Amino acid sequence: MRTNSRNFYLIPYVLWILLFVVTPLLLVLYYSFFDIEGHFTLENYREFFTPVYLKMTLSSFWYAFLITLFSLLIAYPTAYLLTKTKHKQLWLLLIILPSWINLLLKAYAFLGIFGTYGAANSFLEVMGIGSRQILFTDFSFIFVSVYIFLPFMILPIFNSLDELNPTLLDASNDLGGSSWVTFKRVIFPLTLDGVKAGCQIVFIPALSLFMLTRLIAGNRVITLGTAIEQHFLVTQDWGMGSTIAVFLIIAMVLIMVLTGRRKRGIL
Amino acid sequence: MKKNRKWPAVYLALIFIILYAPIFYLIFYSFNSGGTMYQFEGFTLDWYRELFADTRLLIIVLNTVIIALLSAAISTIIGVAGALAIAYARKRRVKNTLLSLNNVLIVSPDVIIGASFLILFTMIGLKLGFVSVLLAHIAFSVPIVVLMVLPKIEEMSTSMIYAAMDLGASRLDVLTKVILPYITPGIFAGFFMALTYSLDDFAVTFFVTGNGFTTLSVEIYSLARRGVSLNINALSALLFLFTIILVTGYYFITKRNEKPNGMGVRQ
Repeated sequence: MRTNSRNFYLIPYVLWILLFVVTPLLLVLYYSFFDIEGHFTLENYREFFTPVYLKMTLSSFWYAFLITLFSLLIAYPTAYLLTKTKHKQLWLLLIILPSWINLLLKAYAFLGIFGTYGAANSFLEVMGIGSRQILFTDFSFIFVSVYIFLPFMILPIFNSLDELNPTLLDASNDLGGSSWVTFKRVIFPLTLDGVKAGCQIVFIPALSLFMLTRLIAGNRVITLGTAIEQHFLVTQDWGMGSTIAVFLIIAMVLIMVLTGRRKRGIL
Repeated sequence: MKKNRKWPAVYLALIFIILYAPIFYLIFYSFNSGGTMYQFEGFTLDWYRELFADTRLLIIVLNTVIIALLSAAISTIIGVAGALAIAYARKRRVKNTLLSLNNVLIVSPDVIIGASFLILFTMIGLKLGFVSVLLAHIAFSVPIVVLMVLPKIEEMSTSMIYAAMDLGASRLDVLTKVILPYITPGIFAGFFMALTYSLDDFAVTFFVTGNGFTTLSVEIYSLARRGVSLNINALSALLFLFTIILVTGYYFITKRNEKPNGMGVRQ
């Protein structure tokens, strides 16, 4: 009787797992071994290791790294200061609110702001620097990405700072630690989990968001995600697209392991 | 001392301005009669009028809402079953396996989910359109529901279930009269999250939507790729309003959930 009812819960859920989690991943792996005409081949993997794709992968990682770094540098002080405010949950909600607005609309807003006659250029004009091309540059891509990912970085850091036991800070103070030492030796190590979670949340999408590169960076920046989209929906070369997807999955798993909660694995 | 107090406030204010400026920039120019996003000529409601007169867009909005409601409802059912299956799995290993499989779709980049579902649906021979989009949305919403419901089930004490069984309740009675009422807040939160994920999704939908069927995000993307048109601004103003209503609703739902035990524990 008991096992029966347990099986009854399991059926739809396990079906879902098999159909939409296991099968798609296996299909991506399977397709990566076929060329555009449907012949079995390892050509896709060979091609991935040619300079063209390696360079793209490297630059994709480099952009994702920069985006994560800048988000972290801006988000950490923000989260720290937020925990010091009076109605911190409300302020946090207000920081998170923009992340609920459709990402495309935010990207679209920057088409106006960074446009030739947009607000950013009028500002530069007033400052006496003069207007210049902002849209479709590396700068605009990184700026908009950081803008979009910022709330996702702030949230986990805020949570870990919020859980921090304040007596530890008093202890550090009493033992003569300067505020910098307290930060370096006490606050930062204890909030490392939040930082790791934030980096994970930002880095993986930064590798793969194709709509941002398309809208904001023109075709200047090609990330792994853009390449996958290109192969699947434009050139219809699903094999090559799947191969890149396989490497993106590998990268994702590596990042998860590196930023995983199990501290013992790394240090 | 005074200086110390001022800088944090300035920093936070700056972050808030940066986070909200693009959104208000969009909304501001939705009232521009000039038709561009840089020169405000005069106040007009024409863009809104045009928006409401556009039947094609209204159908797209309707599609998006139907997809969101249906996928949220179905994924809530599967997700609750899944959460029950995970919570009542006897073997630790089974439980951990189910949980990791559950999280695969949450951490996977959207491009990979989209691409692999595209392969899956094509392989099955499903025509891309309403059904494929609905299935995809159900698929990526299920794990979120599970994560929202699971903690509620785990915090419920098993003695309640045993008490019910001792009093002669059948398994079905236990489920419908004890467990489900207890976890209702979690179910609502899960449904709500699934709804917002579905409304917000672009990348996955973009892959699995065929030619005939469009959701709002996909439509915004194709409009934005064509350049600035103040229709999108008007649309984003309405969506912003809608988002605020949703977030406030969600805020109050979670507030209400937290109150009973949150107050009890803290005092």
